[in-house]
Order: sequence, then structure tokens, then C-alpha cells
Amino acid sequence: MNETLLLIIEWTIKGGLLAFGLATGFAYTTFYERKWAARLQIRIGPNRTGPGGWLQPAADGLKLFFKEEFTPANAYKFAFNLAPVLTMVPAIVIMAVIPWGTQIDFFGRIIPLGISNELNVGVLFLLSVASVSVYGIVLAGWSSNNKYAMLGGLRSTAQMISYELALGLSFIGPIMLAGSLNMAEIIRAQQQGVWYVVYLPLAAVVFYIAALAEVNRSPFDMPEAEQELTAGYHTEYSGMKFSLFFMGEYIKMIAVSAICATLFFGGFDGPFVNTYPLLGPLYLGIKIFISLGLMIWIRATMPRLRYDRLMAFGWKVMLPLSLFNVVWAAAVIVFFNVR
Amino acid sequence: MVTNLLTDYWPILVLLLVSLGFAGIAMGGGLLLGPRRSSARKQEAYESGMRAIGPGTRQMPVRFYLVAVLFILFDIEVIFFLPWAVVFRQYYENGLGAFILLEMLVFIVILLVGYAYAWKKGALEWE
Repeated sequence: MNETLLLIIEWTIKGGLLAFGLATGFAYTTFYERKWAARLQIRIGPNRTGPGGWLQPAADGLKLFFKEEFTPANAYKFAFNLAPVLTMVPAIVIMAVIPWGTQIDFFGRIIPLGISNELNVGVLFLLSVASVSVYGIVLAGWSSNNKYAMLGGLRSTAQMISYELALGLSFIGPIMLAGSLNMAEIIRAQQQGVWYVVYLPLAAVVFYIAALAEVNRSPFDMPEAEQELTAGYHTEYSGMKFSLFFMGEYIKMIAVSAICATLFFGGFDGPFVNTYPLLGPLYLGIKIFISLGLMIWIRATMPRLRYDRLMAFGWKVMLPLSLFNVVWAAAVIVFFNVR
Repeated sequence: MVTNLLTDYWPILVLLLVSLGFAGIAMGGGLLLGPRRSSARKQEAYESGMRAIGPGTRQMPVRFYLVAVLFILFDIEVIFFLPWAVVFRQYYENGLGAFILLEMLVFIVILLVGYAYAWKKGALEWE
């Protein structure tokens, strides 16, 4: 009983830490994006709030708290209020299977770093939870009772059905090399050998592109194309409900970066990580930071794709490439005799 | 390290509750702190400042329904890939590599035939 209570306390603290970390991470990702995109476009970016603009995210967050929570008269109220939650919560829950490190000794108590590192269907969990958050977007588009929102929701569906296949198939390579769906096991296999990006460079690229489409990032940000659809699926949302969508999108960016790091770049792996387990979260953070920087760079550089081209690219380029990747991974095992 | 159902799935449930609470606090806080000034014009659906014409959700031609059907087929195929991917290494190390590879190649080829057929029939095009 005592042990059960301790475990529940441990899980709650770790869950709280993760949610808090992701919320902070979200806030500073917006800041990172504004600063970095500004630099790429030879501007300065926000620099007025606090030293060097570092308090900008806090100011933005506080402002959103004091904005009006508005529900249009024609909206389907229940679904309208459910949608932001349904977008944000899965984004956090995805992170449950990403290991942050091995384990630490906390006053004689062994605490694994991560929520559920050893989940035996980890990769399957990732895929299924990632798809749930699309429901939030579609529901938001439909329940707003607004034409722009409806089109945004439909575009989101089209995008999901075009890129989820490539995303799922690019997971196959690391699974085959590690022989497991367990995320911690995949990292251990990479620690013993080399990072899988060496064996599966194409799969990493396919994964990254499909992940960009999955989190609706530019050049795949059709569901919220400002110039055509006002704000897409969240046109009618304001205040905190809007910020939950915003948060969901950015936390998903962090999550896919973490997944990319775990499957292809060794996750928390880095020098001395086995001696000092607390370095694990730091290494993972650095990898996520680099990946986010790349996403922002792509956004600042690439124009948006046309809608039918986007679907054609998903079906005619990404799908054959990812099928080829499966065969490639088998060939890597057979010919290079990995591990 | 103990790995069983309890230590694997309960933490995820706890995280789910924590993040639900997080969302609840955010939405509740916004409701408490924000102003509420409503008007008839404000209640209308946003349509770039014009009066909204007709209902927001109406019947729309969903052009990609055929693609959606294909998606379901191919997504099931991805799920079929997963167990094969997990056991591939075991089979290979036990000397059954050629067998399991051929099995999967047959599966992939059957799929590719269907894929090529769909492509040729124009299911992936927008008319």
C-alpha cells in the first residue's frame, strides 16, 4: 500500500514536471520562432519585454488569460469546447513514452527518467495517440459553424490521410533494427551500435517531412493558411481556448522532435550519459532544440504548397519512398549484419 | 526493473489526468478572468466582416473520399508491417532470413500492384 502511494506520488510529480516543462517549452518555442525567423528575415524580433525580449512569452500568456472567452451563437457548444482539449491533451500524452534518460538514484529510490519508458508497444502508442489529436482539429472546424473553419478542418483531414502512411512506415526501419516496439529498447540498441540515422538516412528525412505535415507546420500549414482561410480551424476561437490550440500545435512540434531524436538520433544518448544519467534530459533537450530550429528555418524559407500538390506529394512520392525504406532496412540487417 | 502492466500503463493514465487538469485550469482561468461583452453582430460567424451567408456547415463536395478509402487500406497494411518488423531480426538470426524477407516482399508486391492500379485509374488525381 505504502509502495503504491509512493508510486502514485512519483508518477504525479513526473507528470506535473513534464506538463510544466512542455508548457514552458511551448512558451519559449514561440519566442525562439519569432527571434530566429526574425534573424532569417534580417529583422530583430521581439526585444521590448524584459531584457532582450525574454519575458515576451510570459506577457503573451498573461494577455491571453485576460481575453474574452467567446462562443459564437451558432456553434455546437459541447464539441466547440471539447475540441481545444482534444487537441492539447494528446500532444502532452504522446510524450509519455519518450525516455528522458535511464534512471536516477533519488535517496535510495530508483526512479526511471521518463513516464513510461518501457511500454512494450511504445511506437504503436505514439502512432495512435498522434492520430487522436487530428480529431480535435476536425471537430473544431465542424463545430465552429463557420465556412473558413470547416475548410480548415477538411484540409487537416486530407493532410492526415496523405501523410500518416509515410509517418507510420518510416517507423518500421528503427523497429526492425532494434527488434522491438519499446522506445527504451530502441535507444539501448542505438547506444550499443550507432545512431540509426547512419543506417536509415532516407527514413529520417521521410519521417521529418511527414512529421511536419502531421503537426501542420509550414510548408504544410494548409489547415490554417492565413491568407486564404483567415485562421483556418481556429477562426472562431479566442482567449484561452485559442491558446490551447496554439499550445497543442507547438507541443506537438516538440513531441515529433523528441520522437525523431529517439528513433534516429539516439534519444538521450550522448557522451558520459551512462555515468551521469541527469545529462540525458539535457542531451534530449539539445536535440529537440536543433530540430525545432530546423522547423522554424523551413517555415521562414519555404512557400506553402498547393493543396492538391500536397496530397499528390504524399501519395506519389512519400509513400513509395517509405515502402522502399522498409526493404532498405531489411537489406541493412542482411548485408551489413548490424549489431 | 519491473515491467508489467501496472508500471507501464498507470503512469500514462496519471499523465492524462494531469494534462486534463492543466487544460481545465487554463480554460477555467480564462472564463474567470476574461471580460464578457456580447452583441448580436459579435455572435455571428466570422466571414471577413460581411454578414454570414447561409449556414456554416453545409454539404461540401469532399473530393478526396476515394483517397480516404485507400488510406484505410494502406493504414491497415502499416499495422501488418509492425509485427513483421519486430520479429524480423529474430528470424534472420535463426537462419530464416530469406523466408521472412520473401514473405514480406510478396506482401509488398501485392500492395504495389493495387497501388499502381489505383494510380492508373486516377484515384490519386483531382479532377
